[in-house]
Amino acid sequence: MKFLPLIWKNIWRRKVRTIFTLLSIFVAFLLFGILMTIRAAFSLGVELAGVDRLIVIHKVSLIQPLPVSYQGRLSTVPGVDLATHASWFGGIYQDPKNFFAQMAVEPEPYLKIYKEFRVPPDQMKAWLADRQGAIVGRELAKRFGWKVGDRIPIQGTIFRPKSGAGDTWLFNVSGIYDGDPGTDLTNFFFRYDYLDENRRRCDGCVGWYIVKIADPSQSASLAHKFDDMFANSDYETKTTTEKGFIDSFAKQIGDIGTIMMAILAAVLFTILLIVGNTMAQSVRERTSELAVLKTLGFSNGAIVMLVLVESMFIALLGGGLGLGLAWLFVQGGDPTHGMLPAFVLPNRDLVAGVAVMVMMGLLAGTLPAVAAMRLRITDALRRQG
Amino acid sequence: MTGLRQVFAVTLLNLRTIPQRLGSSAVAVLGIAGVVVVLVAVLSIAEGFFAAMHSAGSPTRALIMRSGSDSEMTSGLGGPETDIIKQAPGIARDGQRAVASAELFVIIDLPKKSTGTSANVPLRGIEPAALQVRDEVKIVEGRPLQFGTNEVVVGRAASRLFSGLDVGSEVRSGQNIWKVVGIFEAGGSVAETEIWCDAHTLQGAYRRGNSFQSVLVKMPSSQSFDEMKNWLTSNPQLSVAVRREEEYYAAQSRALTTVIRTIGFAIAGLMGIGAIFGAILTMYTAVATRAREIATLRALGFNSVAVVISVLTESLGLAAIGGVLGGLAAYAAFNGYQTSTINFQTFSQVAFAFRVTPSLLLLGLAYALVMGLVGGLMPAIRAARLPISSALREL
Repeated sequence: MKFLPLIWKNIWRRKVRTIFTLLSIFVAFLLFGILMTIRAAFSLGVELAGVDRLIVIHKVSLIQPLPVSYQGRLSTVPGVDLATHASWFGGIYQDPKNFFAQMAVEPEPYLKIYKEFRVPPDQMKAWLADRQGAIVGRELAKRFGWKVGDRIPIQGTIFRPKSGAGDTWLFNVSGIYDGDPGTDLTNFFFRYDYLDENRRRCDGCVGWYIVKIADPSQSASLAHKFDDMFANSDYETKTTTEKGFIDSFAKQIGDIGTIMMAILAAVLFTILLIVGNTMAQSVRERTSELAVLKTLGFSNGAIVMLVLVESMFIALLGGGLGLGLAWLFVQGGDPTHGMLPAFVLPNRDLVAGVAVMVMMGLLAGTLPAVAAMRLRITDALRRQG
Repeated sequence: MTGLRQVFAVTLLNLRTIPQRLGSSAVAVLGIAGVVVVLVAVLSIAEGFFAAMHSAGSPTRALIMRSGSDSEMTSGLGGPETDIIKQAPGIARDGQRAVASAELFVIIDLPKKSTGTSANVPLRGIEPAALQVRDEVKIVEGRPLQFGTNEVVVGRAASRLFSGLDVGSEVRSGQNIWKVVGIFEAGGSVAETEIWCDAHTLQGAYRRGNSFQSVLVKMPSSQSFDEMKNWLTSNPQLSVAVRREEEYYAAQSRALTTVIRTIGFAIAGLMGIGAIFGAILTMYTAVATRAREIATLRALGFNSVAVVISVLTESLGLAAIGGVLGGLAAYAAFNGYQTSTINFQTFSQVAFAFRVTPSLLLLGLAYALVMGLVGGLMPAIRAARLPISSALREL
């Protein structure tokens, strides 16, 4: 402990250099945090998927509709808690660039299954009372400045309304939903009965079913049961767990994870190289001082400690600030407004970040520390400069 | 000319001493090379995707969909409507018949070879004229499909990416069975990720009645577009949107390429800061170890401009080496790398190859030089300002 002032003095003996080193590490870990967030976003929050939810889609592809009559049959299977459905609307609000997901759902069962979407009770009541009502995510509402009670026109692309001018559907914002960090707050949910009664075609068809099961360990056998139940019908199904469903969808986006990791490795390697070199040099410059310390009776271990503490301090300070800023940035929400649905920096990656900092400090400090330890006092003292 | 001679002499002196500082010079070079690799690699993704989408569009083709729909996926046209569309002036004709293909566009689930997970593969129902409309399409294996049957031809990229799409195999999708009879190439464009079948067979298989989603037409020249568009949009029997095929595919690729480019520039920008610190540190070291030499030169009458230029030249030289190395590494590692992603506009897979273009390499080199310039500036000024007497006294 008594050597802390010495270490402190050593760190700041070349202020400019130390500040640049700190900034380099800071930048590296800022990038680390942001890339990890993007990676998590592209895996579409697989971690957040419920294990007790099964997704039933048309066997040919997700875009083929299923009949609404399947709901009753799914509900009666033993082991099923609740079955509901959702339909993709794919409408355009003002401009195709303003993309966000709109889904027609059954309000009560849907929110019972997706407990992560939280709606205030009075707004829920308003939604149940208004056929044209819709609930929107907090982020989405912020993006377009919507308030409860606003009337939102959305142009249908897949479904056209029976009455009214052109393709425009009108909705009322009944409520705004919130959720834990990482919950997708960019969705627009409206009532299925409104859609079904007013569309020109596709009477009684739904997009996909979500089935909540009582026992997650039964998911595989129940999935089989559902698919067998509808085999050889006009609408054969394919059932997967929600996790499997999201995972396979994320895989369709491609190797984003691999690419991110490759970039990150390049970044960290580059920075480590620069920082390691700087630290080694700062120890080399101090050769004669270290020799004096040894003469005064400092043990080899103490010298190694002095150097290592110095490099660890720089790595942890710079890295901590960088990762901290990345974390703050992520708390500010998704800057692309809905391109990335899940925008969180997972805790797991925060821990990994700290581990990388420690490793960086050790690697950068070890070589010069060992060199300092091996120093023979007489040689070092004789050497100038 | 003494000024120039001075610059030359000091620069040469600097460069000659590089071998003594190999370690720290190598760090600066590698640091800059690392940044260039990342910048070029990320941008080559956007470049490749853009190229795949862009080469799908021809200036002499137009795509007609229902008005209000922004992709084939959400469009819908009745059979009679497509017949009217084919009568429009400005469409190329082969005898009495319009060179136009009314098409259906759906997706089917097929397992991806690399992961085994299911992927959305586009299945396009075409009319016999389709191959005439898309004259760049060539059957490279097997034969063209027989219309009126369940035969399909598969794009080169689709057959490579997804399981069970070789000539002679059968694809089971729900209750339909499709027989693969040929593989086609379409200049590396997005069409190569598609499976093509007879539109009428597809109508039956998907219970679409007599309906289509789009009509792709060939024009004798790109000038015919306006005439055709005016005729179609003013026809009271129709409610359609007419787009040049190029514009359609450019719009489809815009969202993704913008995201990738933004990410690429942001990452390279941040990394660049780190690399600039690296260059600054290297050059400071270079100046510090040569403080006495520089002071001696100044005492001999060399002016400070020569000193500044010499330091900058060294740092630019190192940066240029880094830029070239980084560019070469990115080219070797990523050019032509095959991958696929999902296009959210049509909700289906698009195969493409990373493209490291000459302009990307130049951009990488330019960025490297900027890093070298910024990184060398402060140390150069410090070298020029070094007080001669104290520097000479230093041991």
